[in-house]
Amino acid sequence: MKFGVLQFPGSNCDQDAYQVLASVLGEQARYIWHKETTLGDVDCVVVPGGFSYGDYLRAGAIARFSPAMKAVASHAKAGGLVIGICNGFQILCEAHLLPGALIRNRTLKFICDWVNLRVETTDSPFTNACRQGQILRLPIAHGEGCYFAKPAVLRQLKRENRVLLRYVENPNGSADDIAGICNESRTVFGLMPHPERASEKILGGEDGRLIFESVLRSATAALRSR
Amino acid sequence: MVDNPLVMKARIIVMPKKAVLDPQGKTVKQALESLNLTGIKAVRIGKFIEVELIGRDKAVLKKRINDACHKLLSNPVIEDYEFTLK
Repeated sequence: MKFGVLQFPGSNCDQDAYQVLASVLGEQARYIWHKETTLGDVDCVVVPGGFSYGDYLRAGAIARFSPAMKAVASHAKAGGLVIGICNGFQILCEAHLLPGALIRNRTLKFICDWVNLRVETTDSPFTNACRQGQILRLPIAHGEGCYFAKPAVLRQLKRENRVLLRYVENPNGSADDIAGICNESRTVFGLMPHPERASEKILGGEDGRLIFESVLRSATAALRSR
Repeated sequence: MVDNPLVMKARIIVMPKKAVLDPQGKTVKQALESLNLTGIKAVRIGKFIEVELIGRDKAVLKKRINDACHKLLSNPVIEDYEFTLK
């Protein structure tokens, strides 16, 4: 499977994502600089964590207008897979590829910690290698991870089973304990925790690998049904 | 007579929507109360942005600033904005 990892000025989890995809999983991966206008033939784009454009104005607000993000929007529209992690999640919300917004943590503190997350549904290309209700232990590192959306949007997310991950103990004030959601067609996934930082034993945990293995599994299933 | 381009200044205020948690405002309110400043009902914290524009037609400039606020300077999901142009 071919993965593309976006790089903005200020991205700092791009290499972690690349390492997991290329070295741990042995898949094809390449970096996509923010000024590139096309993504090539990638099947899945990773919008990594970090502080794109220094988080100026609002986290993700400037990155949204980069040429590469226009290509990501077309890729998503055509049904291509997209994972936005941490700052990547913020960018996807700013780009309206996912509903809602991420605002300052309720505590006003930057939180760097390990948290437990509940897999709310396995019906997605990003969680199909997990068990329903499985608890994943992943790191978080964010100052603006409090998910906000209008009550009508929260009801819609729930109704359509689009909350893929919830915090077992809400660290940041997120509405409905939301840690990760997908879009209507279930092909775009945004999450605040960092699966790419927990995909090797030496880093303290391997639960994050299940997210990437889910993507591989869904691609294999798609090939078989062709 | 040739019209010289005129520089106008937009003063934009971006505020978190009422329904959005504003932990900064809440914390500052508590700090104000700790100074024994009484009668403070609420504090909310937003952003102030100045944009200088070149042009003469106020209606056109207003539209331009409105677009800028809607598309970039504020996030309509969580913020409201207002501005003056002088």
